[in-house]
Amino acid sequence: MSIVSEPIAENAAKKRGSRRRRGGGSGGGGLHSRDGRMALYLLGPTMVMLALIVGYPIVNAIYKSFQTDPGLDDSTGLFNEGNEWNGVGNYTHWILQQCNAVGGGTETCPSGNLGSQFWDSVWVTLGFTVVTVIIEVVIGMWFAMMMHRAFRGRALVRVAVLIPWAVPTAVIAKLWVVIFDPQGVLNNVLGTSFAWTSESGPARAAIVIADVWKTTPFIALLILAGLQGISSEIYESAKVDGANAWQRFWRITLPLVKPALAVAVIFRSLDVLRMYDLPWVLTQGSNGTQTISILVVKELASKLNSAAALSTITFVLIFAIALVLVRLFNANIVDRGTR
Amino acid sequence: MRGKGAAALAGLLGTVLALSACGGGSSDGDSGGGTNTGRGPFTFVTGKDLSGIMPYIAEEWNKAHPEEKVTIKQQSDAADQQLSDLQQHFQAKDADYDVVTVDVVWTAEFAAKGWIVPLKGDLALDQADLLPATVTAATYNGTQYAAPYDSDGGLLYYRTDLVKEAPTTWDELIADCEGKSTSGTITGSKPGCYAGQLASYEGLTVNASEAINAAGGTIVSDDGKSATVDTAEAAKGLDFLVNGFKEGYIPKEALGFKETESLNAFAAGDLVFLRNWPYAYSQLNGDSKVKGKFGVAPLPGPTGSGASSLGGHSAAISAYSKNQASALDFLKFLQSEEIQKNQLIKGSKAPVIASLYDDADLNKEFGYLSTLKESIETAVPRPVTPFYPAVTQAIQTNAYAALQGKSTTADALKDMAASINSAAAGG
Repeated sequence: MSIVSEPIAENAAKKRGSRRRRGGGSGGGGLHSRDGRMALYLLGPTMVMLALIVGYPIVNAIYKSFQTDPGLDDSTGLFNEGNEWNGVGNYTHWILQQCNAVGGGTETCPSGNLGSQFWDSVWVTLGFTVVTVIIEVVIGMWFAMMMHRAFRGRALVRVAVLIPWAVPTAVIAKLWVVIFDPQGVLNNVLGTSFAWTSESGPARAAIVIADVWKTTPFIALLILAGLQGISSEIYESAKVDGANAWQRFWRITLPLVKPALAVAVIFRSLDVLRMYDLPWVLTQGSNGTQTISILVVKELASKLNSAAALSTITFVLIFAIALVLVRLFNANIVDRGTR
Repeated sequence: MRGKGAAALAGLLGTVLALSACGGGSSDGDSGGGTNTGRGPFTFVTGKDLSGIMPYIAEEWNKAHPEEKVTIKQQSDAADQQLSDLQQHFQAKDADYDVVTVDVVWTAEFAAKGWIVPLKGDLALDQADLLPATVTAATYNGTQYAAPYDSDGGLLYYRTDLVKEAPTTWDELIADCEGKSTSGTITGSKPGCYAGQLASYEGLTVNASEAINAAGGTIVSDDGKSATVDTAEAAKGLDFLVNGFKEGYIPKEALGFKETESLNAFAAGDLVFLRNWPYAYSQLNGDSKVKGKFGVAPLPGPTGSGASSLGGHSAAISAYSKNQASALDFLKFLQSEEIQKNQLIKGSKAPVIASLYDDADLNKEFGYLSTLKESIETAVPRPVTPFYPAVTQAIQTNAYAALQGKSTTADALKDMAASINSAAAGG
């Protein structure tokens, strides 16, 4: 943990330094403030654009998530506008699985209401994340080490490996639909007649298989890039010192490839956490494969503000996991220079 | 520099908050619904034209109405994307969608949200010649909101080489499967007897509703606001499907069947009976192992006649359209006999005019037409409710749990009812 605290201490020192410098500069009105104005002119338009196209939808969605959705006015049979202050009602709907009861008050959401499916979707999504990322890292590492070795046609292998990753996920998913069909390729090859997407175990396995197949190359290539940055001299001197292959992997390869590995794991985890297209095309989220993103899209069909609350929860969840991962890897991705 | 940056950021954040405030707070009391008599060019929004009929419709209309030309705007071919496209345009109160295509199950929601105008008063339509079920599906709260222009009903496809006569009851259907051997690549104790669209998606709502309606059950009350599905009749209906998996007359694979998968299974010779839509007819008569070896019949029920769920589309006038008088004429045009007939001939779309089903020439060309009429005449619209998205979720989730044996029929119906009621109470 001492390694973690180092950059923080460094940063803190820098901040103190810059504050002091600024204090001195403002009195003189010299170079720094002119630079500052220049930076503001240059960055300003970008910031405004970012605020409009990134900030506005996010802030608006969060704002909406505290409002009611349109409800039916019994006297006219028409919907009212909704958009009234609802406090954290949309959030408790999801997190505590509370639904409006007939005749007022709340009750536990009945099965079939999307509200009752929130926690299941969360666990399914987290499950997919843990399982696919672990498998992908293990296979990806193996791929990368293979590709790292010099052999004829290595360039070709690298390109070939990247193809699954380059094809759009929805197309890949459709391909796997054909493969996992009861009369499909996989059953023909295995000589079975397994209903792959009609039961939760096989349906989840199908999604994991398709996802691993598609995105392992991405991880492999990132790791490969990391491997190529390691000087061969380190291995040679380790060999001279009598380290065996296993020790070289654990003591040299793994620590040195860690930054690349961290980027791969964090990117993939964030990707899987908002996975939508693959399970949607394969199973429509049935049979225990409904991710949070699928739940959001289903809710969007009728209730915009409640869906906004769910997206916000998803956003916070992903953000928290990203933070944990960054801490775990002790990887300062944004600014490697401080390491 | 740091201080200024922070000030600028705070300013930006303020702008963003202000923007979001006016975005969220806008609510003028304009609920639409008013009739105007505007005339002029207008837009007809419809799903992707897979049948190629739209250029014909546009040409015919524009020839007769040079001052009020129609522009056809095609959406995606996926129903959920069509729906969200319409929802977005309506929420923005967009005036450039004048006439919109409404799937039968969207009518109530659009009407209740004030997006489409009621077809009464100046905008009234004479619907006497139409199949009654199609008009019912276009009606919400006792008021007609849309003009049906194509229809669809479920049919039972059966193997004429295996079964002499089409079954009219569920028991006959199950008995007919005894000892029949199909290609046998799908499993179960009675491999490949019957299948419909039983994966967890909209098709399951269609199939479950058909079974429940056939047994005399209903799903929601007439006003669409409360559940009526927790009854013995509904249980009897759902049990036809649930027992199918238990006893093996529906193969386990059918839990993953949608339209295409079920059609493929029948086309490969793996099923004795298939529930599907009329479009399957021409496909099966094309490149399939059962070509010339199958017939069509109305769906069976517990004691005789079954009940099909109604499919199809209506056209409705947007509440934000500026040219509603022209739009109304266009609805009448879509319902005219000439267009209806040509939609069938050129696009294989089932007409909404009842008499066309008795046309001898058309019957010669479309062998399923008289059967389809029977199907549509006894068809029951899927729940007509402004909460349709939540109601169909409730049906799918709970019916699927029952089919998988994860829930009993009784519990599934109880949950279905609770979930529908909770949707009506605002979720």
